[in-house]
Amino acid sequence: MKKTQVSILLLLFGCFCLGAGWLRGENSVILAKAIRICLECVGIG
Amino acid sequence: MDKEKKSERKRLTIQLLWTLITNAFVVGFARGAIYQGKLKSVCVPGLNCYSCPGAIASCPIGALQAVLGSYEFRLPLFVTGFLILVGTICGRFVCGFLCPFGLVQDLLYRIPFPKKWRTFPCDRPLRFLKFLVLAVFVVALPLLVTDLIGQGYPWFCKLICPSGTLMGGIPLVSANETLQQSIGALFVWKMGLLLFLCLLGVVLCRPFCRYLCPLGAIYGLLQQASFYRLSVDQDACISCGQCARVCPMACEPTKRPNDMECIRCGRCKAACPTEAIEIGFLK
Repeated sequence: MKKTQVSILLLLFGCFCLGAGWLRGENSVILAKAIRICLECVGIG
Repeated sequence: MDKEKKSERKRLTIQLLWTLITNAFVVGFARGAIYQGKLKSVCVPGLNCYSCPGAIASCPIGALQAVLGSYEFRLPLFVTGFLILVGTICGRFVCGFLCPFGLVQDLLYRIPFPKKWRTFPCDRPLRFLKFLVLAVFVVALPLLVTDLIGQGYPWFCKLICPSGTLMGGIPLVSANETLQQSIGALFVWKMGLLLFLCLLGVVLCRPFCRYLCPLGAIYGLLQQASFYRLSVDQDACISCGQCARVCPMACEPTKRPNDMECIRCGRCKAACPTEAIEIGFLK
């Protein structure tokens, strides 16, 4: 399979995953984590 | 040489501008607090800690661990899709232009030092370490090591990420008295690791990107399939080796133009005396 065809397939797969994840509501988990100070990230927890 | 300087200046400008745009919540630095707007439900392409007081969006590696470690979802489709999309479009161009910690390392390497290393004997084998970091700290540990309610922790952020320490830990602890009182061994470990990487970064270009960055690992895997590519006109190439000499990641553009270590900085293209190297979409 040509490189460009693989790239297009990957792009489509990426879009599918992005859309599916958004529809499932994964962004709410990301938001909930990101709006609180991540104690692990800053080296406390 | 003028062409190289101009190219580097342009890249530095883009890196600085992008860092400022994605960390625009400057009032957070004064308050010792973080931005809490809805924009944080989406990711930026580079390693930009969401606990940086200025960060207006989320780190993709942090977000990946958050979803992997959540009890509602285990499969992080959104972040995986985002990473595949970005990686397929531009590969490690993100590393070269859109990563704040990449910028920090580039600036550190500019500090004058008697002996700079381009590479060393174990350099290439050590590059596989970042894939191990990705597999163990970013994926396996958040998924498998959970608490009583089934929630995992961001082990990469907790134990390794120097970007989090620099952009999140230091500003927040400096401005927040409650956090200052909570400093312990973990903070000391993370500061030590950050210091080590910064000191090494003066001697060797981008040590974190080479050996530890899981985001670089992901984008590197997608580099071969990315639309943004490097191509070499073998008829114009005179094998002078100038491209390899200027490469910050010790790549050999004429032998492996789409090496997974290439951060698409464009130095090789600027340095080529015969303009044999092209970088762009669908080259």
